[in-house]
Amino acid sequence: MKNKILDISSLDRALLDQLDTYIKNLEGDNEENLIHVLHRAQALFGHLPHNLQLYVARALNLSGAKVNGVVTFYSFFNEEPTGKYVVSVCMGTACFVKGADKVLQKILDIIGTKKNEMSADGLFTVKDVRCIGACGLAPVVTINDKVYGKVQVNDVETLIGRYKGGQSA
Amino acid sequence: MKLIEKMIRCSINGITLDVEAGTTILQAAKKVGVDVPTLCHLDLHDIGIANQSANCRVCLVEDEKRHQLVPACAEKVVEGMAVQTDSLKAVMARRTSLELLLSNHPQDCLTCIKNLDCELQTLAHDMNIKEIHYPGEKMNHPLDLTSKGISKDSNKCIMCRRCITMCDEVQTVGILSPLKRGFDVVVATAFHLDMDQTSCTYCGQCVSVCPTAALAEMNDTPKVWRALNHPEKHVVVQIAPAVRVALAEEFGFPPGEISTGKIVAALKRLRFDTVVDTNFGADLTVIEEAHELVDRMENGGRLPMLTSCCPAWVQFIEHQFPELLDVPSSCKSPQQMVGTLIKSYYAEKRAIDPKKIVSVSVMPCLAKKAEAARDEFHQNGLRDVDYVITTRELARMIKEAAIDFKTLQEQPFDELLSDSTGAAAIFGTTGGVLEAAARTAYEMMTGKELKEVDFTAIRGLEGVREATIPMGERSLRIGIAHELGNARKLLEAIRDGKSHFDLIEIMACPGGCIGGGGQPYHHGRLDVIKARQEALYRLDATLPKRKSHQNEEVIQLYDVFLEKPGSHKAHQLLHTTYSAKTRI
Ligand code: SF4
Ligand code: SF4
Ligand code: SF4
Ligand code: FES
Ligand code: FES
Repeated sequence: MKNKILDISSLDRALLDQLDTYIKNLEGDNEENLIHVLHRAQALFGHLPHNLQLYVARALNLSGAKVNGVVTFYSFFNEEPTGKYVVSVCMGTACFVKGADKVLQKILDIIGTKKNEMSADGLFTVKDVRCIGACGLAPVVTINDKVYGKVQVNDVETLIGRYKGGQSA
Repeated sequence: MKLIEKMIRCSINGITLDVEAGTTILQAAKKVGVDVPTLCHLDLHDIGIANQSANCRVCLVEDEKRHQLVPACAEKVVEGMAVQTDSLKAVMARRTSLELLLSNHPQDCLTCIKNLDCELQTLAHDMNIKEIHYPGEKMNHPLDLTSKGISKDSNKCIMCRRCITMCDEVQTVGILSPLKRGFDVVVATAFHLDMDQTSCTYCGQCVSVCPTAALAEMNDTPKVWRALNHPEKHVVVQIAPAVRVALAEEFGFPPGEISTGKIVAALKRLRFDTVVDTNFGADLTVIEEAHELVDRMENGGRLPMLTSCCPAWVQFIEHQFPELLDVPSSCKSPQQMVGTLIKSYYAEKRAIDPKKIVSVSVMPCLAKKAEAARDEFHQNGLRDVDYVITTRELARMIKEAAIDFKTLQEQPFDELLSDSTGAAAIFGTTGGVLEAAARTAYEMMTGKELKEVDFTAIRGLEGVREATIPMGERSLRIGIAHELGNARKLLEAIRDGKSHFDLIEIMACPGGCIGGGGQPYHHGRLDVIKARQEALYRLDATLPKRKSHQNEEVIQLYDVFLEKPGSHKAHQLLHTTYSAKTRI
């Protein structure tokens, strides 16, 4: 194979088998099923590396570009491994005008990482996301499935501190 | 019975008209001769596809009743609608849309490969843009010059998505997609792979429709100039069948002008040492291919056999149907056959050291650039074809040299590798290779003379065509497809054992090479392609010999050099192999 990065031999065969079974039982149009399959794949593998995306493309007879387009369109898909806690900062209009960008920067500073990259200790991945529909609580931050509203720059230290030990608060 | 559609009454700039349901404002406006600027919109009506992304907003017009601006290319006309295309509101809104598009667009038009051939530039001119009021942050994407065929500069992309429509829906190759979204969105390959790491066929149809220089041909003219300027190099050039019926368009001639003699003259003025004809290679291909076909048919070989002249199509089957690599003919394409012969037969005859020869081709095609660079195509460390330039690139060289194409005196090809028949002429159109092969196969199989050489039943521009040609005791069942989406259908049938053909011709481009990715831009107009096609058939009809096996020089080539069709030497020089590739 020309593209080493797309070689699937690094993927866990047992997990791929589970994915295959899932795909086999799907009905209907492959293109419409794509998002479900990607969700499933991410649930199994934790994230969606390029070789896994291409595997899905082949399994559904879609082009790699199509699959990669969908994966990069939705912020809930991760191409890179994510930390134990995924911190999503809403950058929708309501949150933005209430200073979400400053909150985001503060979170990145405290954790000491870059956007969309897993922190060195493997605990955090910080992302910016589109409006999550809780505008009344702007600015909104979610950590895994917990939602925190009206987050101010000054709150960030305590908020992140609660997760820093590695056990969720 | 035809249902009588209820007509919809509307008005455009005060002119009342009735249109069918589903008509867009743009189509309605066109009916009454009102022009609306467009950019992202592309109606390839004739090949049944339209790019409807409606995201550039340069076509905004005013819906008077709703006091609303709507995109004319996408908005459907409704009963009683009154549209003003030139209200102040509409004019200003269109200007704003265009300025926004230009705000982050590079402004290096002077040196851009699409200078004076760019739809964005033309629009900026037509819309009187003299200043851009929205200084935008310029994009900073790396150029992708990795492939031999296509250069990709995402900084010049205006996100119209025409390329995606073309690649996904017409060609079904699926190389490009928008990645990310919002301000970060970019039209890219899967995983941002370099173009040469993808399954791109280099058919260049995305280039044909890209309004800017975001996708363009690799510019190989500097390399050719360098070879021409090299004191020791002997530069031989060949020209493809489809080039001679299109190049003149670049110099103001109508589509379908046959300008072979003028092109030869221009090439001589450009100081190429020898001008030979790809059509010679086409005749040779027919003989080798017909020989292979008869052999497969008589000895229980793999059928159908697929023609292999189109490298985009070869690339397609290698990546998309690697399990079917025993179906294409093993014959090299005419370009590669002539290239091989230039550095062997021609070199020998003219007593020139092949190392000193530079072999150049002028092709309608971007895939030919990639084909020339394939691993398979070299002998003794020398490339069969060194450089490939497109019809458009040759036109640029002629302009650069300030040669007055219009008044050039026609000149004949040089002596070697230049004889050709009518069968070779039609290689440039869909159906042509097959018709040429049928003329020769018929006489090979039946031993009788073919009286009626025009297989008109298989001509035309239908996406997939089929026919059965009686050949003495048995008959030849043939299929023809152009555009890779149509090819996919035929290949799926073969894979599933549902194909009953003996011989199939496939060309990647709409209309075949006449609609190639390196031809003068036809802007989706099928009448341009039709005119080129008719010119090829005209050329065929005027030639004294119309069957490839009547080509005297080819006969002689076998006598003195290749022995006989399908000989060991012919195989060594004129045939090739294919290998399975990963689909990306
Ligand atoms: S050259 Fe052809 S295959 Fe390649 S991206 Fe363009 S349209 Fe698709
Ligand atoms: S590359 Fe060209 S055709 Fe494709 S979206 Fe960009 S501007 Fe449009
Ligand atoms: S049909 Fe002709 S121009 Fe188009 S890719 Fe094939 S060989 Fe090239
Ligand atoms: S803008 Fe943040 S929740 Fe809607
Ligand atoms: S041409 Fe209508 S939106 Fe682009």
